[in-house]
Amino acid sequence: MNDLLAARSQMALSLGFHIIFACVGMVMPFFMAVSHYQWIKTKNDVYKNLTKAWSKGVAIFFATGAVSGTVLSFELGLLWPTFMKHAGPIFGMPFSLEGTAFFIEAIALGFFLYGWDRFNKWFHWLTGVVVGVSGLASGILVVSANAWMNSPAGFDFVDGEYRNIDPIKAMFNDAWFSQALHMSLAAFVATGFAVAGVHAILILQKKNVVFHSKAFKIAAIFAAVAAVLQPISGDFSAKDVAVRQPAKLAAMEAHFHTQKSAPLIVGGIPDMQKKKVNFAIELPGMLSFLAHGDFESEVKGLDTIPEQDQPPVPIVHYAFQIMVGCGVIMFLISLIFFIALLKKHWFYSRWLPRIFAIALPLGFIAVEAGWTVTEVGRQPWIIQGIMRTADAVTPMPGIVWSFYTFTFVYISLSAVVIFLLYRQIKMVPFIYDTSENRPITKS
Amino acid sequence: MEYVVITYLYLAILLYVVLGGADFGAGIIELFTSQRNIGQTRRTLYHAIGPIWEANHMWLIIVIVILFVGFPLIYSELSIYLHIPLLIMLMGIIARGTAFVFRHYDAVKDDMQELYNKVFVWSSFITPFFLGVIAGSTISGHINRESNTYLETYIFSWLNWFSLSVGLFTVALCGFLASVYLVGEAESENDRMRFVHKVRQMNVIAIGSGVLVFVAAVVDEIPLLTWVFAEPVGLAAVIAASGSLLFMWQWMKTQNMMGPRVLAGFQVTMILLAISYSHFPNFVILHGGDALSLLEHTAPPKTMQALALALLTGSVFILPALFYLYYSFKKKDSESYTER
Ligand code: HDD
Ligand code: HEM
Ligand code: HEM
Repeated sequence: MNDLLAARSQMALSLGFHIIFACVGMVMPFFMAVSHYQWIKTKNDVYKNLTKAWSKGVAIFFATGAVSGTVLSFELGLLWPTFMKHAGPIFGMPFSLEGTAFFIEAIALGFFLYGWDRFNKWFHWLTGVVVGVSGLASGILVVSANAWMNSPAGFDFVDGEYRNIDPIKAMFNDAWFSQALHMSLAAFVATGFAVAGVHAILILQKKNVVFHSKAFKIAAIFAAVAAVLQPISGDFSAKDVAVRQPAKLAAMEAHFHTQKSAPLIVGGIPDMQKKKVNFAIELPGMLSFLAHGDFESEVKGLDTIPEQDQPPVPIVHYAFQIMVGCGVIMFLISLIFFIALLKKHWFYSRWLPRIFAIALPLGFIAVEAGWTVTEVGRQPWIIQGIMRTADAVTPMPGIVWSFYTFTFVYISLSAVVIFLLYRQIKMVPFIYDTSENRPITKS
Repeated sequence: MEYVVITYLYLAILLYVVLGGADFGAGIIELFTSQRNIGQTRRTLYHAIGPIWEANHMWLIIVIVILFVGFPLIYSELSIYLHIPLLIMLMGIIARGTAFVFRHYDAVKDDMQELYNKVFVWSSFITPFFLGVIAGSTISGHINRESNTYLETYIFSWLNWFSLSVGLFTVALCGFLASVYLVGEAESENDRMRFVHKVRQMNVIAIGSGVLVFVAAVVDEIPLLTWVFAEPVGLAAVIAASGSLLFMWQWMKTQNMMGPRVLAGFQVTMILLAISYSHFPNFVILHGGDALSLLEHTAPPKTMQALALALLTGSVFILPALFYLYYSFKKKDSESYTER
């Protein structure tokens, strides 16, 4: 493994790790706010217990999210010093605002986690909401920094120099809205399906059914609403990509040859030598429609892009298929869920939790796949069309070792987090259950 | 506008050293607490830093963001030459932050606690140590942009007597800050005496390692003595720090819990001032007398303006909320102290 590949892998690993915790950190506060609200309104202690149980899990996630985020802010420089030297002043604006958002989030979290029975209950509730809103805001801000890498703006690039820098224009670049919208929805989909899935499994095991049904319902409603909106926002993103990064779109679709009325390719194995896709289903004209809203329009293929500027097609293509596949499945599940909300006997069936239990990881799989599309699809550029990734990497040799260390640390951390969550869930009956079927012995 | 940003940079560094430092120190104290008292110490500790824990560490992120937005060249040069100590410090941050939360939130209290404790105390030692090493290296003049061997570029830039002794000194300062802080949190007279004793120990260690820094500076031919003592401001800062130390000991005997804390923070402020004042605006001192100056290596004016505005507006939201956080948890705590 050479140093460039090691640096890219380390970046991908760190971001892929952080995004999971970031999603949970952005979305769980909203779930907790709903259940907290229900408790204040109905005085039903199940809701209070649920809020507390969730908040303990979330505290674990927050800590891990915060440290992995801190690591990222250093890694940008440790791995890509040349990039940061030029890009820092241009795309730094969202990061400096993000600092504020994080700070508010951290402060509000202090109030929320340690404030039970200490403050006015509406003030306490509000601090929980503030955690969620500022988390979401910080997510949107970082994504706008990432969008700038896809769609650089706010400077003039003259003779290799960055002139007339305008950080505000850079922040509101062409891609920020579509990416931020899609990412925010994705966070709700992914966290919602994961949380609903966990509670669905526990319902199936007939443990504390009252408790877990309430939890399931809150999570599933959020998840389903977002999952229905997700494909619409994804289509919006695709149209955006078609204009600003035709190479990425062509790689996503494994679209080798420029043509009018281009077909949408579903699945298949791209053959890089023969420049065609084997074993794929083709939907005639659909790609033209998806990219430009017109079945007849011309879609640029990889043949318009010089070889050395093309992203790795198979990875981007597979990742895109995985994301869309997961998205379609979750879309369908969400429709079923809405019908179940109306038909009570569907809702209390055993197959509904079963579906959700199986769908548990789909959201996060889609998130990771989606980021792979975005980031790998931008290659070989670190700033689209301006700076190559290979020119940005640190001159320090031996990055491979740093990559191995990070891999080891992140694998161990994930193991501990999973272990801790498992324990939290296992202890729910002993700590929070007030119903008759409470187990007598405390192991 | 540069000055607004620079002020915030130093302010954030200072707050990170004082607040984050006290936080690291808490772990260091644990490392030096006997088995018999450790349970009690840990409880006091958790009580003291739990709610404000995350906020304390945000200052580091502010420092980093200010550096890479406002002073990108300085950020990228430091990232290259100090890659290794930065990496070790990051590992420390990961280990410490997670272990602290895991040990509290693990639903089952069993042997795992031992593991969390070990990780927590050792990373509480290693992280500030490397933080000090990094800080020392920025002014040690060992970063050599002309170097062409791996060792010279990536190792000796930070592996030298001066940087290492600054690392030790930082650890001692953290321990000192934390022990002063804990005295005010003690839940019984017995505990109080124990913590006061800790303050005494840490104070001696801090002074000892401070002397070590000067010795190492002489060995590595760094004009630290001139920096600190040749300038009236540096001299005044040293005198103020020593004077307030005596004052603090006097105060420690009373029940007042805020006074000694403020003075301990003041001492650290004076130490930072004494060291950084004389070579301001230079932030990094390079081999051969060159330096990276905060005034010369700024981002373009529009960026500095936007950054300054972001920092100013940020403070409008953050500072009142932060004060209220510290205030309300302190207030409730002292209430419960008197109740008991
Ligand atoms: C739950 C997660 C999830 C789901 C179900 C989907 N996506 Fe997605 N997608 C993401 C999660 C995601 C993401 C991880 O959030 C990305 C990466 C970067 C970004 O802004 O969002 C993304 C990026 C992304 C991009 C690239 C945007 C860019 O590079 O700027 C496109 C074109 C789509 N998506 C399109 C879709 C379509 C047509 C979907 C149809 C179902 C879809 N996504 C479902
Ligand atoms: C959290 C979600 C994200 C994930 C999962 C992710 C994933 C990845 C992946 C897979 C790569 C490697 C691509 C390759 O080299 O082939 C990468 C590279 C990179 N990403 Fe992201 N990314 C995320 C968000 C961001 C954000 C928000 C930023 C910056 C603001 C960012 C900055 C970078 C940089 C600087 C690189 C290295 C240069 C490059 O390979 O182009 N990423 N990321
Ligand atoms: C799409 C990509 C990203 C999203 C959506 C995202 C979102 C978030 C969110 C919501 C949090 C707070 C939640 C929590 O603490 O668990 C967080 C934490 C953090 N993130 Fe990210 N982030 C992304 C990528 C990055 C990148 C590229 C960086 C660094 C350059 C970064 C730096 C941080 C930092 C420093 C924290 C800790 C803040 C704290 O202590 O609360 N993040 N991120």
